[in-house]
Amino acid sequence: MTARRIFTRPARLAVIIPYAWMLLFFLVPFAFVLKISLSQPAIAQPPYSPVFDLAQGLATLKAAAELSLDNFRLLLTDSLYIFSYLRSVAVAALSTSILLLIGYPVAYGMARLPQRWQAVAMMLVIVPFWTSFLIRVYAWINILQHDGLLNKMLLALHVISQPMVWLSTDAAMYLGMVYSYLPFMILPLYASLAKMDSALLEAAADLGASRLQTFWLVTFPLSLPGAIAGVLLCFIPIVGEFVVPDLLAGSDSLMIGQTLWLEFFSNKDWPVASAAAVVLLLVLVVPLVFYDRLQRRQLEAAR
Amino acid sequence: MVEDLAEPQQGAPLLLRIEAVVRKFGAFRAVDGLSLDIHAGEFFALLGPSGCGKTTLLRMLAGFETPDEGRILLDGKDIAQMLPHQRPVNMMFQNYALFPHLTVSDNIAFGLKRMGMPRPQIEMRVAEMLTLLKLDGLQARKPDQLSGGQKQRVALARALARRPRLLLLDEPLAALDKKLRESTQLELMELQRRLGMTFVIVTHDQEEAMTVADRIGVMDAGRLEQVATPRQLYEEPASRWVAEFVGDINIFEGQPGSREASRLIVSTRDAGAIAVAQPAQPVTRSTVCVAIRPEKVKLSRRGPVSDMVNAHSINRLEGVVTDVSYLGGVTSYKVKLDSGAILRSSMANTARIDIDSYHASQRVVAWFTPDDCVVLEQ
Repeated sequence: MTARRIFTRPARLAVIIPYAWMLLFFLVPFAFVLKISLSQPAIAQPPYSPVFDLAQGLATLKAAAELSLDNFRLLLTDSLYIFSYLRSVAVAALSTSILLLIGYPVAYGMARLPQRWQAVAMMLVIVPFWTSFLIRVYAWINILQHDGLLNKMLLALHVISQPMVWLSTDAAMYLGMVYSYLPFMILPLYASLAKMDSALLEAAADLGASRLQTFWLVTFPLSLPGAIAGVLLCFIPIVGEFVVPDLLAGSDSLMIGQTLWLEFFSNKDWPVASAAAVVLLLVLVVPLVFYDRLQRRQLEAAR
Repeated sequence: MVEDLAEPQQGAPLLLRIEAVVRKFGAFRAVDGLSLDIHAGEFFALLGPSGCGKTTLLRMLAGFETPDEGRILLDGKDIAQMLPHQRPVNMMFQNYALFPHLTVSDNIAFGLKRMGMPRPQIEMRVAEMLTLLKLDGLQARKPDQLSGGQKQRVALARALARRPRLLLLDEPLAALDKKLRESTQLELMELQRRLGMTFVIVTHDQEEAMTVADRIGVMDAGRLEQVATPRQLYEEPASRWVAEFVGDINIFEGQPGSREASRLIVSTRDAGAIAVAQPAQPVTRSTVCVAIRPEKVKLSRRGPVSDMVNAHSINRLEGVVTDVSYLGGVTSYKVKLDSGAILRSSMANTARIDIDSYHASQRVVAWFTPDDCVVLEQ
C-alpha cells in the first residue's frame, strides 16, 4: 500500500522521462544505424539503397529477406578495420592505465586535504571544463608543434640543441588523452575515497596493520567501485575518441573513430561505416554486461 | 558459577598508569593533567558529559592521539608515543567500524593475520570467538547483512581476538535500543569476568557505567572529578558537580552551625535547619551544600511516626505537592516547600493498589534522616 503511494503520478513521470530519453535519442538512432549497416552502398542521396522501406508495405518483408551482412563480413576480413579496433582498444587500455596511475594519487591526496581545501582542489580539477575541449586540444598543438612552446623552452634551457618532433606522435596522443580524461578518472575516485569512514583506517591500525597494509587491505579495496567507474568513464569514450588522435597523433595508424569518419565522409560508404559503429558498440557493451553480471553475482553470493 | 561472581581482588596488579596527561587542541585543553591507575582485570568506566575529554583520553590509550604532556604506562612501559598498531591494546569503535568488504570471519581474523599467526591457529581462534559471541552460522556474512546487535558482537569479537592487555570500548552500546542495550551490558560483564581481561569503557550513560563497571571515573572539562565504585559515586559524591551529574539530587546551600552529638546542623535558606551526619572530614568552609537523593525523601501526611529511633533529629519539611509522575516502579513527586524551594521525592510503588498515594495540591510532610544527607563543600 505504502509502496504504491510512493509512485504518485509525478514520480511515475520522473521514472519515465529518462527511459523516454533513451528510447528517443539512443535506441531510435541506433535502429537507423543498424538499418543502414544492413544495406548496400549506392551512389545516391542518401548514399545507400534502403533494405526495408515501410512505405512499400508487404514488399518490405520480401526485401528483408535480402538483408545483407556483407558489411559485417568486410569488417571481419579487411585488416584495416581489425587493426583500427585493436589499436583503439590498445590505446584506450594504455591511456586508462596511465590515467589510473596518475588519477589515484591525486584523488587520494584530495580526499586527505582539510575540508575547505577539498573544495578548492575540486574546482581546480573542474576548471578546464570551462574551456571548449577542442580549443584545449588545439592549445596542445601550439605547445607541441615544431616552433611551439615546449621546443622553445627546451632550447632556451639548452636541454636540446635542435627542435624535436613532439606533434603527430603517439606520445602526443597519449598526453592529449590523459590530459582530456583526467577529471573523469579523478572525480569518481575522489568521491569513493572521500566518503570512506576514517574509523575504518583507525580500526585497521588498531588491529596491527601498518600504514601500507591499511592502504592495501582497506582503502584500496573500498575504493574499487570508484576506480571501476573511473576506468569505464575513461576507457569507453577513449575507444571511440576521434578528436585527440586526429589532431595529435600521426596518420600512419588510425583509431576506429577516425576510420569511421573516413568511411562516412571520404568514402561515402555509409553502410560500412554504420556496420563499424555497430561493432564498436558491441565491443564496448560486452565488457559492461560482463561486469554487471559479475557484480550481481557477487551481490547474490553474499546473500 | 560462583567463582565468576567474585569481586576483583583489591591487590590486583597495576596494569595501566596515566600520569599527568595533557592533550591540547589549539588553546583548548581536552585532557588537562589527568592521572589515573587501572588494575589488571578491572572493568573501568569513564563517564562524563559530551566534550569532557573522555573520548580523547581513550584515543590516547589506543594511540590515535598523542599526549602533549605526561606518560601512559602499560605494564610499566611508556606507550604514549607508540603507534596504534604497535600497542597490545585493542578498541571497539562506537559505530563498530567493521570492514564492509570483508566477511564476519575475515573481520575477526584481520588482527590475527597482522600478528603473523599461522593459518590453522587463526581458524581456531576465529571459531572460538564466533562461539564465544554467539555468532555461529554468520561467519560468511558481510557487515551490511547483520543486525545492529550482531554487528556489535562482531566488533567485540574482532577487538577481543588478539587477546589485548587492555580492551577499550568507545560508547559500545550507544547504537542499540534500550532492551538490547541492557541485556548486552550483562553479557559484556560476564564476558569480561570470564576472560579476566581489563576493559575500559567510555560512556555518557551513567546507568550503563554503574551497571557494568567496577570503578567509575567521572570526568568534566578534561579532569577526573571523582574515581569511585558505583555505590560510592552515588552515595558519597565528592563534589556538588558529581552529585548533580550522577542521578537526581536535592541540594540546599547553607552555613554549618552547631554540633549535636554526631550531628551537624546546617542552616539553609530554603529548608531551614537541617541535621546531617557529621562528615568524616571536618567542614572548613563557611558555605556548604546539603544533598539528599529523592528516594531518601519520604512523604507522609503527618510526618514520621514518633517511636522511631532518634525521632527528634529527623528532618521534617512541610510543603504542597505540585507534580506527580507515575513511572511504574516508582512515583516521583515535586513538593513546593513553604520557602518556595522545590524538593523532589521518589517513592517505590511497593503495593499494586496504593490508597496512600499523594496528589497534586495536597499538603504533605517530607522527611529524611541525617544519615541520608551528604555535606558537600565544593
